[in-house]
Amino acid sequence: MKRQRKEGMIRNLFFGIAFVSIAILLLILFFLVKAGVPIFEEVSVTEFIFGKYWYPTASPPDFGILPLILASLFVTLFSAAIAVPLGVMTAIYIAEIASARLKEIVKPAVELLASLPSVVIGFFGMVVVAPFLQETFDLPTGLNLFNASLMLAFMSVPIICTISEDAISSVPPELKEASLALGANRIESIFRVIIPASLSGISTGIILGMARAIGETMVVLMVAGGAAMIPGSLFDPVRPMPASIAAEMAEAPFQSDHYHALFAIGIILFVFNLVFNSMADYISHKHRQVGAATL
Amino acid sequence: MNGMQHKELVFTKSVLGRNIKQQVFFSLFRGAAGINALALLIVVYFLVKNGWTAISWDFLTEAPRDSMTKGGILPCIVGTAYLSIGALAISMPLGIGSAVYLNEYARQGVIVRLIRFAINNLAGVPSVVFGLFGLAFFVTWMNLEVSILSGALTLGFLSLPVVIGASEEALRAVPDTYREASLGLGSTKWQTISRVVLPAAFPSMITGGILSLSRAAGETAAIMFTAAVYFNKQLPDSIFDPVMALPYHIYVLATAGTNIEQTRHLQYGTALVLIALVLGMNLLAVVYRARLRRKV
Repeated sequence: MKRQRKEGMIRNLFFGIAFVSIAILLLILFFLVKAGVPIFEEVSVTEFIFGKYWYPTASPPDFGILPLILASLFVTLFSAAIAVPLGVMTAIYIAEIASARLKEIVKPAVELLASLPSVVIGFFGMVVVAPFLQETFDLPTGLNLFNASLMLAFMSVPIICTISEDAISSVPPELKEASLALGANRIESIFRVIIPASLSGISTGIILGMARAIGETMVVLMVAGGAAMIPGSLFDPVRPMPASIAAEMAEAPFQSDHYHALFAIGIILFVFNLVFNSMADYISHKHRQVGAATL
Repeated sequence: MNGMQHKELVFTKSVLGRNIKQQVFFSLFRGAAGINALALLIVVYFLVKNGWTAISWDFLTEAPRDSMTKGGILPCIVGTAYLSIGALAISMPLGIGSAVYLNEYARQGVIVRLIRFAINNLAGVPSVVFGLFGLAFFVTWMNLEVSILSGALTLGFLSLPVVIGASEEALRAVPDTYREASLGLGSTKWQTISRVVLPAAFPSMITGGILSLSRAAGETAAIMFTAAVYFNKQLPDSIFDPVMALPYHIYVLATAGTNIEQTRHLQYGTALVLIALVLGMNLLAVVYRARLRRKV
């Protein structure tokens, strides 16, 4: 009896530890809301989100974050335009085409790419890519939307690639064998059988890769250029949301409107992440590959 | 005869076309994979080429001098070591504990799905949002100030999903026969976990530890408001002191230093030290994991 009680206690202890992740997530949300919501006594939620001017230190200050939201969306979309084909193609290469030996090289290379600290990628974008862009395209500055998208792409490629590769590798071999036996060659099997069968995993990877890009801070802080304006071209400097928080927090007086506004931007980033993850969660549960029979 | 030849020709032509198509796509995919490897090489190449000359014994063992335009980066190395080891001390027990619950105790259900959802979300929360949270919770509300402790707690939470993922993988790799044998001998669940499953899984859990260490070491935005300072005359005395850190040092020198161009070689040098550290740890994890797999 005593032994059973002890076992039960240990079980509960582990449950408690596993519950910590939920607790942390709620705690983050609580403190963001607590420090962010007071700004909405100054400006309404719609003014905040759709306001076109972000001059938090002017008097009177403007707290419209539309330029920041658009900047975040643009860098995310452009980086996805580069990262999605690159990541998915690399995943297909690793899972279906590469020889065992090459696989042993490419896969760790992608993992190492994922491990590069974002500040290093940002630094690289600043000192190597920016001068190159400036000279090649004759621009006023190499620190712009395009540069940021390019650097972000290399941060989301590993996520897209790893998750897609998992999905492609877990397609049951019978499917591929059946397709080959019917006379399709390898590339036809890849396009007509393997990719459709792993589409939910690939979509999950793409969503999480984009989530990574939208929340990435140091890269956009260092290479996006920092101008809080709605961009007119691919080579305009921009100021995405995370960059605003990181750049301005040190100057925002504690508990000032500016301070609250930056936390409110944090809430928006948190919600974006929640939405992206819910989508990924929904897709991977709804279209889970159970076996060959699901096709 | 003529008709048959014609048929054969059409046949070979279409096979040829399909093969060419296959070759074209294969080269395309190969090229995409190559671009990734190339990107990694280019970044490392530029950092090594420009940072190599900055590295010296003095650079690694001295503090910055002359308003950070000369001298070394010792305080940053020490600070990053404190922060990432502190983060590990938090993420490792919590991560392994969570993985044990999810893999050994939990049955599929709403709560488990909720926990997994929370872990996935936590993995995606932007690091700057972790920084905001650390600032509001640890620094301000718990009154820990900008300190190693605040930074390590923030980083510990941030790297928790990494440890959980790696630990779960380690637990899944332990064959069920181990558990069955132990339970069959009359041990309780906890005895089985503590004496059989965990010892068998522990070596590959170390991989998760290394990865979490490297993740924390390279993190910048999460420590900007919670632990890191531009400049600190002395090395920290206690966990309640703020520190300098490698990633933050790179950022400060590259964007806000008094003389950005003049300190360029220091920036490259610091970046080189940081990626040597981070890539070194990751490489270690990759090699170690490959060796473990071969053993099993």
